[in-house]
Amino acid sequence: MAREDVLVTADWAEENLDTPGVVFVEVDEDASAYDYGHIKGAVKIDWKDDLQDPVRRDFVNQEQFSQLLSERGIANDDTVVLYGGNNNWFAAYAYWYFKLYGHQDVKLLDGGRKKWELDARDVTTDVVKREATAYEAKPLDWDLRAKRDEVEAAIGAKNLIDVRSPDEYAGRLLAPAHLPQEQSQRAGHIPTALSVPWSKSANEDGTFKSEAELREIYVDEAGLDEGKATIAYCRIGERSSHTWFALRELLGYEDVKNYDGSWTEYGSLVGVPIALGDEPGEK
Amino acid sequence: MSDGCAAPDQDAALPASVDIERETVLTGTVANDEGELVQGAYVRLLDSSGEFTAEVVTGEGGQFRFFAAPGKWTLRALSRFGDATGEVDAVQGLNEAKLSVSR
Repeated sequence: MAREDVLVTADWAEENLDTPGVVFVEVDEDASAYDYGHIKGAVKIDWKDDLQDPVRRDFVNQEQFSQLLSERGIANDDTVVLYGGNNNWFAAYAYWYFKLYGHQDVKLLDGGRKKWELDARDVTTDVVKREATAYEAKPLDWDLRAKRDEVEAAIGAKNLIDVRSPDEYAGRLLAPAHLPQEQSQRAGHIPTALSVPWSKSANEDGTFKSEAELREIYVDEAGLDEGKATIAYCRIGERSSHTWFALRELLGYEDVKNYDGSWTEYGSLVGVPIALGDEPGEK
Repeated sequence: MSDGCAAPDQDAALPASVDIERETVLTGTVANDEGELVQGAYVRLLDSSGEFTAEVVTGEGGQFRFFAAPGKWTLRALSRFGDATGEVDAVQGLNEAKLSVSR
């Protein structure tokens, strides 16, 4: 897969704002960001309200995803261009959903909202109304999603990539540094997991690094074994979607899964092995 | 479901649940070279090895805030008006910093 099949530049986006069959979708955790200003014609998907089950800890099912996209006016054959804040974390998370449910043509806007704003490109507060469609999602593709038993079995057997910050990995912090450290689950990382913070894959303006730079980071520096399958995780699964995108979509590794349970699940399990400190640790 | 990893509203008062005696808070403002506070600046916190730790976007008052640990940190701001870098030697409690962005 080539970079241009999965990433579009801000210039490309600006030239294709009115192209029929291209739908821009803003995905944020803070849904109010969209209301302050969004790319012309873009519809909104809320990371929590639209993509999470309201009761269980799980995400929307095939029917709910079909309904969501139908309501947003997205058709099965549309080219969907996702972008958002937080260096595209939530856009990458949504990208992973679109792939999980079999959407053919989906891309990320490289740099997301951040690059768009730093470039001082136009945003609008216009209300966007698209005609409803009859979207049909495909059954969930489990080749892209890892569950907890599979993760435990992967210790010492597959590449595990921990994309949290070095302090979260080592167990010195329980959450990213812009959030109060109030959580109660155990700190540390899954034994044998390699520490490659998500930020290593992105430039300061939020765009992804080149494939050559990415390969050097994951393979040469971190020691990812190219002959093995890979599972990426973080705290709740969105930063790891960003790394999943870099590994599977940009570098083209075929067997890469995102573990959306991530540390908030693994670090609360009873009896599983945990490693502390800066080293991956033993099986 | 836990709260997301994205940054909370940077203009809001410190939540009552935050124990300032226990937390190490790095806070401050971003201004441009005219001295005006910059809303929508991207401020990141880098650890002593230069590794990315967190990033927030300043609110209306140009404010940012991180929950970190005592030690040396680097603050890096990107904005439409330019960039800025600052160093902080944080101690437990409230630590304040001002960043002035320019081209």
